[in-house]
Amino acid sequence: MVLLTPGELQAIGLSLRVAAWSVAASLPLAVAVAWLLARREFPGKTLLDALVHLPLVLPPVVVGYFLLLGFGSQGPLGAFLERCCGLVFAFRWTGAALACAVMGFPLMVRAVRLSLEAIDPGLEAAARTLGAGPLAVFFSVTLPLAAPGLVTGALLSFARSLGEFGATITFVSNIPGETRTLPLAIYNYTQVPGGDAQALRLSLMAVALSIAALFLSEVLARRARARVRGSDAAG
Amino acid sequence: MLQVSARTRLGRFALDVELESAGGVTALFGRSGSGKTSIINVIAGLLRPAQGRVALNGELLFDSSRGVDVPVERRRIGYVFQDARLFPHLSVRQNLRYGAVFNRRAGRAGDAEHVIRLLGLEGLLERSPGALSGGEKQRVAIGRALLAHPRILLMDEPLAALDLQRKGEVLGYVERLREELDVPIVYVSHAIEEVVRIADRVALISEGRVLASGAPDEIMSRLDLRPATGRYEAGAVIETRVLAYDARDDISTLGFAGGELLATNLDALIGEPVRVRVRARDVSLALRPPQDSSILNVLPGRILEIVEGPGAAAEVRLAVGDAILLARVTQRSVRRLELAPGREVYALVKAISLDRHSTGFA
Repeated sequence: MVLLTPGELQAIGLSLRVAAWSVAASLPLAVAVAWLLARREFPGKTLLDALVHLPLVLPPVVVGYFLLLGFGSQGPLGAFLERCCGLVFAFRWTGAALACAVMGFPLMVRAVRLSLEAIDPGLEAAARTLGAGPLAVFFSVTLPLAAPGLVTGALLSFARSLGEFGATITFVSNIPGETRTLPLAIYNYTQVPGGDAQALRLSLMAVALSIAALFLSEVLARRARARVRGSDAAG
Repeated sequence: MLQVSARTRLGRFALDVELESAGGVTALFGRSGSGKTSIINVIAGLLRPAQGRVALNGELLFDSSRGVDVPVERRRIGYVFQDARLFPHLSVRQNLRYGAVFNRRAGRAGDAEHVIRLLGLEGLLERSPGALSGGEKQRVAIGRALLAHPRILLMDEPLAALDLQRKGEVLGYVERLREELDVPIVYVSHAIEEVVRIADRVALISEGRVLASGAPDEIMSRLDLRPATGRYEAGAVIETRVLAYDARDDISTLGFAGGELLATNLDALIGEPVRVRVRARDVSLALRPPQDSSILNVLPGRILEIVEGPGAAAEVRLAVGDAILLARVTQRSVRRLELAPGREVYALVKAISLDRHSTGFA
């Protein structure tokens, strides 16, 4: 249990990298979508809401398949991004990160939206009477006050990414060192003769990582909440 | 100079007001839900009326007919909300600085320290808003609004959420602002004591309309406005100045437009202006000056108006010199003494009923 094989270490390192990138890249978009859903009325709002929540109810394989159709090297978006920015998703770890981002998106948007809706609009009105324009109000009042939701959303999505399996394997396959994240490695060991012990070791690692992520999320969210409540306990 | 006109639908009634304020403290006085807050929200730009016009010092801030609507953040109008609305994630110091960041050009150096001292905020700067009392929060909110260098300060029932003691404390600070800073104030309140103590002019608001406007004593003593001011203790407000003080009896002599009044326990210096509220039920009427009476204030006056009610009472408005007094007597006394408009009478006011409670807070 103490010593991990290079293959195991690789899978864990890759999982952490994929999860970190998926959270970092999707957080700004999640904040924008959450703000739209929390604060604006527009035609198609219900549709957007449903679309955001779709990965929560669809079989992950279906999400992975749609990603393959859209972002594969033959897919319209995949081909376009490769030509314009040199960004390739197909069978790369970036693709795994994209799959994780999509699967974790609903959790993130929900958490951020809830914290945005909990903010007293009167505080934003007060900021405007003090001379702050809408953008300044957003960055100096709205965003800091939504921090607990951002932390919760980011860590939920991070934890979800660590466990993502179906969409990843469908979209970017199971390539050692490139797309074989922790769950895929575990799956792999269960499929080969004599891999049971390794599967168990990695499964325990997965449990430890998830518990660490949830614990960290609780600590950070508590600190953010204390700060937002404005009590001196925030330190 | 602030000019406001606004017409708009507001829930169960229509807001339809015309207002002007030349400076000093203008109070918007009326019951809860009468539309007072909506009026200052129109001024601040937080509420857009269907029709209307708002101009401040000649600058057009809103004009529905010309499509002018200056955004809230560019109006430079300070707003102190009933619930303070301090930013909970910032310290008191950061809250105070918030507006200054956006209004750098309007600022004058040294102002910040002056305002902080004026409001007694020196000891609170590093605190977090969550650790402040209600009165402290409201003082920080006033400071925060002032440090954004507003051209006018709107205050929406800033004392409503405070207990009696804190009310007195914060009101004292508001009085200092009025005297020391050159910022006109529009002060929304449904508490007659606040209005009487700090307002230079009062606009009486009811059902989204301005029923009357003028000097506080004039408005508060008008019997025809009683339906709008009625649930308050009836009385007249008199502007006086302390002429003399007898330390042995603790009695001050106050000069006013109708002569002199003796008051007790006043805590004011000679020469100082004092607003006295004379409650109608503390004023009795007599046809001749009483002999051998304990009542120290006997003021000759002439009856202007008598209104019957509430109940067995009648309210009598009388002119004493150039001042107006209200007396509440029984209808039986009105018949027995044959009181009628034009009749010369003597108003009797116990000196003991005029103390610091009637000048400040009850």
